[in-house]
Amino acid sequence: MISLFNAIMRVFKAIDWPLMLMLILLSSIGLLIMHSAVGGTDWRYADQSRYFVYALIVMWGVALLPPGWLAKLSPAAYALGLVLLVGVEFFGETSKGATRWLDLGFVRLQPSELMKIALPMALAWYFQKRDGKIAWYDFVVVMIAILVPFVLIVKQPDLGTALLVMLSGFFVMYFAGLSFKLLVPVAMAGVIGIGSVITYQDVLCAPETDWVVLHEYQKGRVCTLLDPTRDPLGKGFHTIQSTIAVGSGGFYGRGYMNGTQAQLDFIPERTTDFIFAVFAEEFGLFGAVSLLFLFMLLIARGLYIATKAKETYGRLLAGSLSMIVFIYVFVNVGMVIGILPVVGVPLPLFSYGGTALLTMAVALGLLMGISGEQSLKTKRNGKSG
Amino acid sequence: MFDFKSAAQREKGRFLLRAWVAAAIVLVAFSLLGMRLWVLQVEEHEGLLQRADRNRTAVVPIAPRRGEIVDRNGEVLARNYLSYTLDVVPAEVDSIDRLLQELSKVVTLSPSSIRLFKRRVADSGRYNEVMLRNDLTDLEGAFFAAQAFRFPGVKLKARWVRQYPQGAVAAHVVGYVGRISEADLQVLDGQGELGNYRGTDIIGKQGVERAWEQTLHGTTGIESVEVTARGEPMRTLHRIDPEPGSDLVLSLDMRLQRIAEATFVGKRGALVAIDPQNGQILAYVSQPSFDPNLFVGGIDHESWRELNESEDVPLLNRPLLGTYPIGSTYKPFVALAALELGKRDAKTRIYDPGYFEMGNQRFRNAGSAAYGHVDMHKSLVVSSDTYYYSLAPEIGIDALHGFMKPFGFGQQTGIDLKGERTGVLPSTDWKRRAFRKPEQQRWFGGETVSAVIGQGYNAFTIMQLAQATSVLANGGRYYRPHLVMAAKDRHGNTRRIESLEPEHVIDIKPEHIKVVHDALIDVTKKGTARRAFAGAAYTAAGKTGTAQLFNLKGTKYRRDDVDERLRDHALFMGFAPAENPTIALAVLVENGGWGSETAAPIARTVMDAWLLQTEPDAVVTAP
Repeated sequence: MISLFNAIMRVFKAIDWPLMLMLILLSSIGLLIMHSAVGGTDWRYADQSRYFVYALIVMWGVALLPPGWLAKLSPAAYALGLVLLVGVEFFGETSKGATRWLDLGFVRLQPSELMKIALPMALAWYFQKRDGKIAWYDFVVVMIAILVPFVLIVKQPDLGTALLVMLSGFFVMYFAGLSFKLLVPVAMAGVIGIGSVITYQDVLCAPETDWVVLHEYQKGRVCTLLDPTRDPLGKGFHTIQSTIAVGSGGFYGRGYMNGTQAQLDFIPERTTDFIFAVFAEEFGLFGAVSLLFLFMLLIARGLYIATKAKETYGRLLAGSLSMIVFIYVFVNVGMVIGILPVVGVPLPLFSYGGTALLTMAVALGLLMGISGEQSLKTKRNGKSG
Repeated sequence: MFDFKSAAQREKGRFLLRAWVAAAIVLVAFSLLGMRLWVLQVEEHEGLLQRADRNRTAVVPIAPRRGEIVDRNGEVLARNYLSYTLDVVPAEVDSIDRLLQELSKVVTLSPSSIRLFKRRVADSGRYNEVMLRNDLTDLEGAFFAAQAFRFPGVKLKARWVRQYPQGAVAAHVVGYVGRISEADLQVLDGQGELGNYRGTDIIGKQGVERAWEQTLHGTTGIESVEVTARGEPMRTLHRIDPEPGSDLVLSLDMRLQRIAEATFVGKRGALVAIDPQNGQILAYVSQPSFDPNLFVGGIDHESWRELNESEDVPLLNRPLLGTYPIGSTYKPFVALAALELGKRDAKTRIYDPGYFEMGNQRFRNAGSAAYGHVDMHKSLVVSSDTYYYSLAPEIGIDALHGFMKPFGFGQQTGIDLKGERTGVLPSTDWKRRAFRKPEQQRWFGGETVSAVIGQGYNAFTIMQLAQATSVLANGGRYYRPHLVMAAKDRHGNTRRIESLEPEHVIDIKPEHIKVVHDALIDVTKKGTARRAFAGAAYTAAGKTGTAQLFNLKGTKYRRDDVDERLRDHALFMGFAPAENPTIALAVLVENGGWGSETAAPIARTVMDAWLLQTEPDAVVTAP
């Protein structure tokens, strides 16, 4: 009886209600704006609604898995991810000049997506193993564990995803205690680097300048960001049109389904990467800031769960996953409003697409699992103590 | 409670600090976004709202007109004509079904065009124009124009449509255009060309249309148009004209091409004729062919099935993609190899009893004929297999491979079309790589014996045979074979694209070349091709070949006993005039039997047409 009671309790305890509330709010707004973006109901709207149901099931399922069990599984997930990435190298399917997918017959898999979750899991497991006694060489080991999938994904080539995977690992290192003495100079160098690119953009973006490290198309991305008008029909088109959309929204927005930019087809990719532009046009600064605030609450809740987690594993994983959600939102919105280059990063819970939603569901499920395990343990401790 | 100020506790404390720092970073970053949103949505709101209203000042791409394709004499192979189309903006139509019903009283709407239209509507945005009907007749156009007010959301437009006036003639050279697919878009994206294709909806899919896509396409123009809130254009604010694609001048001679194709009526096969002085391709035949016009607006289901499932594979670009053993047409090259590598003197005679024995294997002559004492000259004239069998152990497969490679055998010739097959020029190294099991990786001497008569593992394209023939004809200079000679831009400036310098020159002694040339001349005078070249007004040089498809296990080959599709392929390679060749060619007739009977007469007709400007009786003309 008691085990049955425990089992039922687990099912409900598995849900972190504040997280769930924000999730329901965000996804409802997401569906609402998808409805507007497609101009009424169509298959994409129906698809997305269905994906949400799947995502909820997956999330719950993941949340029910005991974190201890997940921790043990982590290195295996990482290893599997590596094997699949190497598999992509040899048997991958190529499209757009990039080889990213693996056709397993029943499903088309993008192993780099798996790595976004598997890498922080594996690193969290590693630090848990080290049990607080962390030496400098641990960071070397972890760096290697990050660089191997990074290089494999860069080779596909998919620099955007590779950077996200690297960041997810980096966040685990950060939370595990990578010295600020190391972090601050790197961050400074980054700021100075970006600053000088902006200052010297005229020289750098001249056609005869050859960027040694980067591909021509990457140079194009950066230079288009600095000056969208240089390619008004190509890459700049997105940025120009989305900033117009966002700006024309004004303070209160043009009203639901009334954004001319969105409704007249001026926003490209308006159901996927640029869906925030549709939202900001129709709901204005008021809506956009509220939405960002909701996302901030979601991230804050994630960080809170992390601080309350009992084990190092849950702590590091929850911290890293929360920050990855932050990076997604920041990069996506930054790209739409023209302060970051156009890279294919979806807005969590908003952009159309099953894969992104699934990755998100797993991440949120893990967060809930970590949160649930923590509270169960507290209860048990409370009884015995 | 226990006092656990342990490592774990300290770690928790450290984590808390880091979580706070992370939260601070999140806050700063989101504030940054908020500030930018403030700038856009409050400070720049007025200006951007105006831009949105003018957006409405739509940036409309103007697709450039695609370049035309003409032959060396200016005869048109691909051009554009203005076609009147009816476009529909679904968002401006209340009921599509009612519209179609009403509209069909004014213009003809076939069920298939309605089906296609509905599919396109489902695929594109509501505010995009979707084509409903193309190629309106003048009368239909007038009918519609008179009643246009009844059909809001339906627009009469003029569009450039690709047309191939030659129909099926040279279709495999010209190729065709088709609607840009998802895969094409991804390729364009990878090339950074997506912006330039805004407004364009067709792209080269095959042949010259595909290989020379970038030259033919041109540069998209930009027009800023003021549109109403319903998306109707009001006036042009700013315009950058599109740059039309360049016209391409091909080296092909359509007169020769038509004659060459006519010789294949009722046959399947390939022919490539090259000018050995510069690598220009004069005729390029792949038979049977197809009408590229079918593909322009999207091919209908029935035609596609018919083409795709036909046993004759009309869509296969045979000279480029078909690989064949080339039989005895390989012998002139093997003879030259023997001379150059110092393995055999031209005068040396060997005895040919009709077969060659090696180990306990017996290799027979084709037709089991015995030619008695044979020197190199005679070996080519009568096509003695035994003479070449005997060369096999002397030369060896690797030396043969090394000699043949610079001629282009088993290599991509570098022709300016895409997807050229490499074929197989066997060597011990190749066999090691081609097979998995160690026992299969070993090269056997008997396999060299098959290789020297162009059988065995040899698999070459007719393009390669024609190219090698061209190199042999001019004494060893390898000009890259090519179809496009020049590009003409819209100002009428002609830019020469072809390079007339040899890519490499094979060092061959002229006296060795002469031995082979003399023998090949005698092939057409008194050898296997004498009947085909009887009474020629010039000196032709060539070699017939028969490529065995079906091993009849030693029984004597009688072609009527064998199913037509299992019969041997007939081949011919040659050039003329022998003293100073201006045409070199390779011919393959699939399942044509003996080369002397089917392939050589084709070569004769084509050479006559080129050198003597003769006009044979039955020539297919453009539809």
